[in-house]
Amino acid sequence: MSDEGMSVIVKTVSCVLVVPTVVFGLYVIMHGHLTPGGGFPGGAVMATIVALFLVAYGKDGSRKILKKDCLSAAESIGLLLFAALAFAGISVTFFSNFLANTGNWFGTVIPFGPNPGYLVSGGVLPLMNIAVGIEVFAALSAIMILMFSYSGDDSK
Amino acid sequence: MCKVKAIKALTLLALLAMLVGTTVYMHDFGSPENAAMDDYFIQNGQAETGSNNIVAAVLFDYRGLDTIGEASVLFAAACAIFLLFRRSEE
Repeated sequence: MSDEGMSVIVKTVSCVLVVPTVVFGLYVIMHGHLTPGGGFPGGAVMATIVALFLVAYGKDGSRKILKKDCLSAAESIGLLLFAALAFAGISVTFFSNFLANTGNWFGTVIPFGPNPGYLVSGGVLPLMNIAVGIEVFAALSAIMILMFSYSGDDSK
Repeated sequence: MCKVKAIKALTLLALLAMLVGTTVYMHDFGSPENAAMDDYFIQNGQAETGSNNIVAAVLFDYRGLDTIGEASVLFAAACAIFLLFRRSEE
């Protein structure tokens, strides 16, 4: 069974939508310590574009574009990064926020109460958000690709 | 047959009673019974973690061990699906 996906209009529009979707997902991930959001929702937002590609390009077309081995590696790297950041503060406790309030990198001391929001604050929180974002994006994309590509494949 | 229906109806009625009871006896919005933990996070969260978003501070700093469990669950689910669909590759 050959599945070449939908028309060229849908394919083009899905290519155009990559940019706003990925930018919004990255925004949600990187502002996780300032506004509602974070690694989990941001990764899910970025994974929606993979779902759109799967629908638009079909089983055969999407197999050439989306490489699930890279996603598998990214998933492992995200989780390892998260665990490494957790272990990096082991001199105090597991998951200690060793970067916060040091005044150095990501250690901006913020005033109490409402403030405009400083992107490089929060210690390890933004870094952990990025790690979790990579992991969630890769895991959700890999799950979708596998379940979409190999479901209902009776001809083999 | 009639007995099964009666049990089903009783179960639904008990669930309905629980839901109505919870709604009636729920404390007012914004006034929890034990607010010591919330007050601590609101007063010290910004100073201790440097993060404006208290939810993110709780998720990744105070309850970080919980979050790494969550991430591992997702990782394990993806691994299981990779294993399940492995045979149909090639």
